[in-house]
Amino acid sequence: MAIRAEHLTFVYNQGTALEQKALDDVSFEIPDGQFVGVIGHTGSGKSTMIQHLNGLVKPTSGKIYYNGEDIYGEGYSLKTLRSKVGLVFQYPEHQLFEVDVISDVCYGPRNLGLSPEEARQRAEEALRLVGMKEKYWQQSPFELSGGQKRRVAIAGVLAMNPEVLILDEPTAGLDPKGRDEILDQVRELHEKKGMTILLVSHSMEDMARYAQRLLVMNHGRKAFDGTPKEIFEHYKELESMGLAAPQVTYIAHALRERGLAVEEDITTVEEARDAILRLFGKE
Amino acid sequence: MIRDITIGQYYPVDSVLHRLDPRTKLFGTMVFIVSLFLADHIWSYVVATVFLAAAIRMSRVPLPFMVRGLKAIVFLLLISVSFNLFLTDGEEIFHIWILRVTKEGVRMAAFMAVRLIYLVVGSSIMTLTTTPNQLTDGLEKSLGFLKKVKVPVHEIAMIMSIALRFIPILVEETDKIMKAQMARGADFESGGLIQKAKSMVPLLVPLFISAFRRATDLAMAMEARCYHGGEGRTKMKPLRYAPRDRAAYAVFAVYLAAMVGTRVLV
Repeated sequence: MAIRAEHLTFVYNQGTALEQKALDDVSFEIPDGQFVGVIGHTGSGKSTMIQHLNGLVKPTSGKIYYNGEDIYGEGYSLKTLRSKVGLVFQYPEHQLFEVDVISDVCYGPRNLGLSPEEARQRAEEALRLVGMKEKYWQQSPFELSGGQKRRVAIAGVLAMNPEVLILDEPTAGLDPKGRDEILDQVRELHEKKGMTILLVSHSMEDMARYAQRLLVMNHGRKAFDGTPKEIFEHYKELESMGLAAPQVTYIAHALRERGLAVEEDITTVEEARDAILRLFGKE
Repeated sequence: MIRDITIGQYYPVDSVLHRLDPRTKLFGTMVFIVSLFLADHIWSYVVATVFLAAAIRMSRVPLPFMVRGLKAIVFLLLISVSFNLFLTDGEEIFHIWILRVTKEGVRMAAFMAVRLIYLVVGSSIMTLTTTPNQLTDGLEKSLGFLKKVKVPVHEIAMIMSIALRFIPILVEETDKIMKAQMARGADFESGGLIQKAKSMVPLLVPLFISAFRRATDLAMAMEARCYHGGEGRTKMKPLRYAPRDRAAYAVFAVYLAAMVGTRVLV
């Protein structure tokens, strides 16, 4: 029920020579508590799409409903919507501005009209949720490492207590350890707090590991919508869109071609390990 | 929203005017501007109108884009027209209270309005058909003679083209930062003047940091490619006059002659 998009179409620079269709008749529904991955090559419209969901970009045509209400309906407060549907952008550098970490995280709740004490309480909660240790709270956000900046940026949105968390490539430019830490934290938010998650990523491995459902965007259209296993079956079509399946899926297919009885729908390393061990007769 | 701002308002279509050398267009625009100040007879304006209409036609830029620049001078236009209309001495046509409207005044006001409008539209044609980078290239080449008197023409042109190149980048960056802060409940529209100025801080701090970072990165990248200023530097696309540029210069000469002719003869 939570988010429903109907026939979203968005055109940049309408009516000029630079006209460009970024979204073309995209419809979907995201129920409460789902962990959804969004994939698509650069320029496929995924960033534009997610910015529609909290009213930052107004569709040229089409409708968006949050909990059944039209977000462009009369008297609907976009500010309230934005506190319910939290969006974390790709680069934390685009939002960090305060003198220290804690005041920066307070910015969101303060904008919601909370008192300084309440805001601070929310900020502390959010910083703990993303695993930022207390010793960093008084530091300047600009002195932090890339991964820590990211955490502070996510905390900045979490402090508004959103019901839905949208993350635009939260792991771009992070090392493998930092990437796993951030994604594990996101999964924890999903599992412990029941948050609805929308994760944009270029890593098929991450998608196979974390997402319950995948939306595949291609040239502004929704190309596929289903579970990761269903979608990675179509790895040939994904390749034609400049995407791919996880590497282990290719290995599984190669093993099958050689006549070995492994499952076709392997998408994670763990599944591949189990399947291969089974072949050797070791469960 | 903010993406709609176009500075250096280049309109990307393919036309004869787009393909002309930027120096030719700079020169043509100058000729046109000078000629407007020479004009003092109805026939001069007819010639200028024909010239301008032909240029608009050849540029293949839709007319609404041409006249968009006029919005900025509406106020100036109104003031200069009313001053000319009411404050010129001469043969009175009618008067309202102390405001006298004279035959000479009407003439002056009409000419002044036409002059200002043509001036803006004429220079719009140049900026609409020339990319900012071509324009700086053209300026650098045309002002090359100033190097003799130790004016760092190349460096100034380089600064200009970098600045122009950065405008769309910074506009896009501003858009992203605005969105990131709006996602955190920021409100850039409502509130009084002080409130509005305060709400700019979360926008300006990340913007400045990013601008400085981009500037250092660019300087580093230029140095890594051994940039050392204009001395002995060649261009990937050197400006070269084509036959159509010679034709254009001929047209300018004929036009200027016609304008001078109407002034002297008629």
